[in-house]
Amino acid sequence: MSETLDPKQKTGTQADPATSVSAPKAQVKQDPHAAAKQQKIVTPEYLFLEAPRTKEFITGSEAAKEAIRRSNVDLAIAYPITPQSETMQLVGVLYGEGYVKEYYRGEEEVGVMAAIAGGSRAGVRCYTATAGPGTLRGLEGIASWPGHRLPVVAMFTCRVVNAPLAIQPDNIEVSYLLNCGMIVFHAENQQDMFDFTLAGFTISEKNDVTLPVGVCCDGFFVTHARGYVRMQDRSLKLPPREPWRGAVPVLDAENPPARLSRDAPVQKSNFMAYNIHAVWQQEVWAAVERSRKYINQYLGGLLTAENVDGAEAIIVASGSAAAQSREAVRLCSEKGIKVGLIKVRSLRPFPTQELRQLCGKAKLIVVPEFNYVGWLAKEVATAIYGFSNAKIIGGPRVYGGQSMPVELIVDEVESGLTGKKSTNVAISQVMGASTADHEAMGHFMRSI
Amino acid sequence: MAKRFNIRMAGVGGQGVVTGSHILSTAVINAGGESTIVPFYGSEKRMAPVESYVRVSDEPIYEIGEITFPHIIIIFHPQVITHGKSYTMPFYFGLKEDGIALINNDGPMKLHKDQARELEERRAKLYYFPATKISLDVAGMDLATNMALMGCIGAITGLTNMIGLEQAVKDRFLGKGFVVSGGTAALDSVVERKFKKKQELIEKNVAVMRAGWNYAVDHGWASPDVKRAEEPVAAAAAN
Repeated sequence: MSETLDPKQKTGTQADPATSVSAPKAQVKQDPHAAAKQQKIVTPEYLFLEAPRTKEFITGSEAAKEAIRRSNVDLAIAYPITPQSETMQLVGVLYGEGYVKEYYRGEEEVGVMAAIAGGSRAGVRCYTATAGPGTLRGLEGIASWPGHRLPVVAMFTCRVVNAPLAIQPDNIEVSYLLNCGMIVFHAENQQDMFDFTLAGFTISEKNDVTLPVGVCCDGFFVTHARGYVRMQDRSLKLPPREPWRGAVPVLDAENPPARLSRDAPVQKSNFMAYNIHAVWQQEVWAAVERSRKYINQYLGGLLTAENVDGAEAIIVASGSAAAQSREAVRLCSEKGIKVGLIKVRSLRPFPTQELRQLCGKAKLIVVPEFNYVGWLAKEVATAIYGFSNAKIIGGPRVYGGQSMPVELIVDEVESGLTGKKSTNVAISQVMGASTADHEAMGHFMRSI
Repeated sequence: MAKRFNIRMAGVGGQGVVTGSHILSTAVINAGGESTIVPFYGSEKRMAPVESYVRVSDEPIYEIGEITFPHIIIIFHPQVITHGKSYTMPFYFGLKEDGIALINNDGPMKLHKDQARELEERRAKLYYFPATKISLDVAGMDLATNMALMGCIGAITGLTNMIGLEQAVKDRFLGKGFVVSGGTAALDSVVERKFKKKQELIEKNVAVMRAGWNYAVDHGWASPDVKRAEEPVAAAAAN
């Protein structure tokens, strides 16, 4: 190592050159994995509930990255489609730093989701993220994960998937994920991205769950924007996956793939095959039910409720619609209307009992959404049917990634309370009220 | 009750609409408030439409995305109105009742009669503010137009002060880790070459900002608790 001054090395102009020379470049190779190797394994209970946290101002993609840093992930597979988020690129950085053991780029989403299935089946902790059209392209594989009882965490940063295509956030793709049999969380903000991802691994690998977890958010609004995230120290991480704890044996050279069907799928009229299908699906959905206790334990509930007692109206929302609804609650209180807010965090399992209890006395429920079909309104109506006499307004809705103006939510609360015709919600989307008013439907159609 | 303004800024490429919104946002946070911004533009080129949405408040802001119904709109360039150079047409679309339109022009503009009527119907306050003229008079160049407008809007909202604004300008030009696009970085270097050194750039920009602030106070546009900003003693001595 030479102690002489490199001719290119600059000296500080403001100070004595003899003392302000920057240190000669060290020849000793620094281990890029040094920090990762020093990470300490702690219990999930300590990590989620006790470990001190510090606040940082980061994007949703960075929040997901920080969650992965602390998640002891074995395998991450990326496919860099547009639209995507920066998440998988940032997870690649973690691979370089040694926080993730294996990382590669798949050829496309069909291959990525199949490879994730292979990794999980072999007993390692797997992670991937995709968005919009990528989610739907990978859906064939994703829909088969729960039946094969594969613990995985996948992030879906929703973008437009229906025509005309756009790259803005529209969360209609969540509706395709709801019926796969996987656990589905919907993040409102960057903090949720962090918490849901980290807790997702622990919940997904519980013996009586053994299911994939999908962490959804409204892409761009959450992934590309910054927000405050409270995080535990980066020197802590979850225990590694212990595949022997899973509900089914993992695949290796000695264990045949027990969860592959024994008969060729094309065999028809085989009552044994029908029976196996029924058993697998019953197991999957029973496991979804059993995950409730862990969601309560690690995330503090399937929903959060604010100001619901004695409220004139309740807004039920998830994802970015929950963020907009917080402002709507504030605007309503300035107008003297007391409105409660229920934010649904977990869509699968769905907080049915909780909603029945909270909405039992409600007169008006407004469900704003960032998609055309209104999947959340249907979920809410189904859950509380027979337990609440509330009028449910399935709207307002924005599509194609538009930002929902808070004022539209306030309008629905006001018109719902006064019985005035809504200007933004079709009468067919108002549940628990007469739908025979064709004139009102016509009024809606004119206002588009 | 929260003091809250949703502001839509519309201008053309090269005027510093996004830079201006960053500076206002940072200045409000510097003064202890809360703020978020959402820039919105297509291809980056001179004179192409640019919008930026800024939310400022003294309470936490949860809302995300574009602003459809602003309390305040700021028009950086008369062509936004005359040529429709905007993503939002007409320029006052969605302006709330009793809202404010701060327009960079040397005097009142002749608006189409339908537009004038619609603005009157929603009781819009039209503030014509010669931002480019002030920039030329005080800094000797038009590139500080955005600073004049930010000084003016700072006084109108009353959610920041000249110290917060000055610090925001310093953060913008001296701070590390501030990420700008390629087009903005190129424009930054042009701005920097026009001044002898960054210190002069900051002083001139702040002087333009102060002139904007005082213009708002002098014309009775400012928030009731806002007072005229006096020049720092050192700067006054230098003049």
